[in-house]
Amino acid sequence: MSTAAGGYYFAPPSKWPVVGSTALFFFASGLVLWMNQIQPWGNVSLVIGLAILFYMLFGWFGNVIHESEAGMYNKQVDTSYRWSMSWFIFSEVMFFAAFFGALFYARVFSVPWLGDFDNALLWQGYDARWPTAGPYLDKDPARAFATMGAWGIPALNTALLLSSGVTVTWAHHALKAGNRGQLVFGLFLTVLLGFIFLGFQVYEYVHAYSELNLKLTSGVFGSTFFMLTGFHGFHVTLGAIMLTVIMFRCMKGHFKPDHHFGFEAVAWYWHFVDVVWLGLFVFVYVLV
Amino acid sequence: MSNAATHAGTHDHDHSHDHHDHGGWTRYFTTTNHKDIGTMYLWFAFIMFFVGGSMALLLRAELFSPGLQIVQPEIFNSLTTVHALVMIFGAVMPAFVGFANWLIPMQVGAADMAFPRMNNWSFWIMIPASILLMASFFVPGGAAASGWTLYPPLVTQGGIGTDMTILAIHLLGASSIMGSINIITTILNLRAPGMTLMKMPLFCWTWLITAYLLIATMPVLAGAITMLLTDRHFGTSFFNAAGGGDPTMFMHIFWFFGHPEVYILILPAFGIVSQIIPAFARKPLFGYASMVYATAAIAILSFIVWGHHMFTVGMPAAGQLFFMYATMLIAVPTGVKIFNWISTMWRGSMTFETPMLFCIGFLCMFTLGGFSGLVLSIAAVDITLHNTYYVVAHFHYVLFPGAIWGLTAGVYFWLPKFTGKMYNETLGKWHFWISAIAFNITFFPQHFLGLAGMPRRIPDYALQFTEWNQISTVGAFLLGASQLIFLYNVVTTIRSGEKAKDKQWEAADSLEWTHLPSPAPYHTFETAPVIK
Repeated sequence: MSTAAGGYYFAPPSKWPVVGSTALFFFASGLVLWMNQIQPWGNVSLVIGLAILFYMLFGWFGNVIHESEAGMYNKQVDTSYRWSMSWFIFSEVMFFAAFFGALFYARVFSVPWLGDFDNALLWQGYDARWPTAGPYLDKDPARAFATMGAWGIPALNTALLLSSGVTVTWAHHALKAGNRGQLVFGLFLTVLLGFIFLGFQVYEYVHAYSELNLKLTSGVFGSTFFMLTGFHGFHVTLGAIMLTVIMFRCMKGHFKPDHHFGFEAVAWYWHFVDVVWLGLFVFVYVLV
Repeated sequence: MSNAATHAGTHDHDHSHDHHDHGGWTRYFTTTNHKDIGTMYLWFAFIMFFVGGSMALLLRAELFSPGLQIVQPEIFNSLTTVHALVMIFGAVMPAFVGFANWLIPMQVGAADMAFPRMNNWSFWIMIPASILLMASFFVPGGAAASGWTLYPPLVTQGGIGTDMTILAIHLLGASSIMGSINIITTILNLRAPGMTLMKMPLFCWTWLITAYLLIATMPVLAGAITMLLTDRHFGTSFFNAAGGGDPTMFMHIFWFFGHPEVYILILPAFGIVSQIIPAFARKPLFGYASMVYATAAIAILSFIVWGHHMFTVGMPAAGQLFFMYATMLIAVPTGVKIFNWISTMWRGSMTFETPMLFCIGFLCMFTLGGFSGLVLSIAAVDITLHNTYYVVAHFHYVLFPGAIWGLTAGVYFWLPKFTGKMYNETLGKWHFWISAIAFNITFFPQHFLGLAGMPRRIPDYALQFTEWNQISTVGAFLLGASQLIFLYNVVTTIRSGEKAKDKQWEAADSLEWTHLPSPAPYHTFETAPVIK
């Protein structure tokens, strides 16, 4: 059975789930081995895992794209995709919420507590002010770090991402109006802005490590700074790759003015990473 | 609605070819059929139930007498940790997803789950996860020994086995999120015409709400254990006071996930019970709408009570009071449910087949567990009872007769529909009564042990605790043995059970009983039924 009488497309048997699980087995094992410096098995397992994962992603998405272009997805299938993408993005929001929660908890509770009267004996003279690397690490002058100014690259990055939100919407309107040239150009601009953003992030990290002495190991400030911006950067990377795929699909003539959820899903995702960035800009960069 | 068998969307033709057309056992690797996937989930959960149970028996054997006899303390800690993880993530949750897979499409009148391929993936992800979790016993340093809550700083000191556990939880979480998205989409988008939300069987409702809990909390757990991983290997200081972090922070993030998680472990059981009790009381469920709202209320409240797991960490009094009263508030919607079940039975035309026995056992024992939960919610009392055997008794009263008996009742109730064969009623009754007695022998004395001050997660204990521990251990082995009756009953039903009727339980009223033959054909409702 691939299609029920109502027209809803149910996929026939597929090897991709098992292939994907195999990939995850090698990837997770590789990560464990790599973190514990068990080499070369760690790297070998990671490479095998990633290779199978890419094979799976190409194959599985390839199937979905083929089915979609063959017109097998009716309105109801489209609605399923809308529900699922919405709740997937919500799950991503909750993932970031854990890290924002850690940031707020450290700033509001754990750092002030470490500097209060209860801890005066244990951490004498600790100046519990944000940014901090904590009462012990702060004592080491070699670990002294400076923070990233908000109004240089981060402000520029904010402008870049917000503009990319505009260009992707412009492309969307072009898609609905059937203007393919403008669609591809809008997507191209979006992808370009995304990759410029990523380039700036890389530059900023290099700058932080080499000149500000701000590192992942710089206490709780470094931890929250790099984990939040790092996971965000990772999501921007995924979003930019997905946008690139969508751009190439548009160039091949995929999508119709009234049937293009693949495009919309990626646009939603792009807006999501945009909104997360605004949270980061305010709480990680501006309100230091 | 009542004329079963040949009604909408059943394909007797398909059915007769079930095991030929679909490729024998190898089809399970590639299947996209919700019944195949449900079956895999259920068997996986059943196996893990015995794996986790064996670990519990090792723990109880060690605790039979004071001193160290069978396992070293490190192994004891690992067994405690992995027993919990296996039972939660390997047994109860997959079993609920198994039922969801089998039942939700049939109960809402859909032909399958909304995303059949992703459905199979969410099952198969559990295989590498369980391999990682189990293999962690055999690596240097052994399995994670920090308790399933994975509190730092203990967990930061663990060996490679801890990393394997963390990665296993990551994978299981991904599987749960995919499963939940599938369930939500199926329920919201694939219901048959006329099947309005407020006509859905309660099992679908409780799963819909559970799926939301999973999507909201699993990523938070993923974040928490990611921070553990970076604290362990990459020099971050989230949970390290020397770097400005705080181990207590982990507890807050963890229990923000952890408390909704305990409702994830019980809400689908509420749904199962809400369908079985009316079937054997031969009355419609009392207060259907209030059941739905109560379930939602429990779910919403579950996000603001996490602090009751940490009354002793040094929380401000205002925080303790807030979490105490919020926790007590949950007793209100839970009470609504309990009274609705009792009212459903009131003046019903009752019979006591095995599923009903387990439901009545559920009702009595789960209520007791709820009461000891209320006792623990009182911050002042919890300070003496925290981390004692009273807590162990409490959560086993809600999890074993709650989650496990709910599932067991579900297995007996729907086995005739799944397999087309009827289980052995006598053996089922033996299973229930031995379980019920053994369960209470095992866990009731643990209330006394806890009140007397015996700490949990300790392989050795003071001499005065010996008798109750011995009674508890005897009960535990009896409880374990009674589950073998269950296994035997299920296997013999599948192999040689008598043929079941299409509507085995004459008062069951959800679509799988009213519209479909037993066993339910491989494909059902390819044409959606119209619900009046």
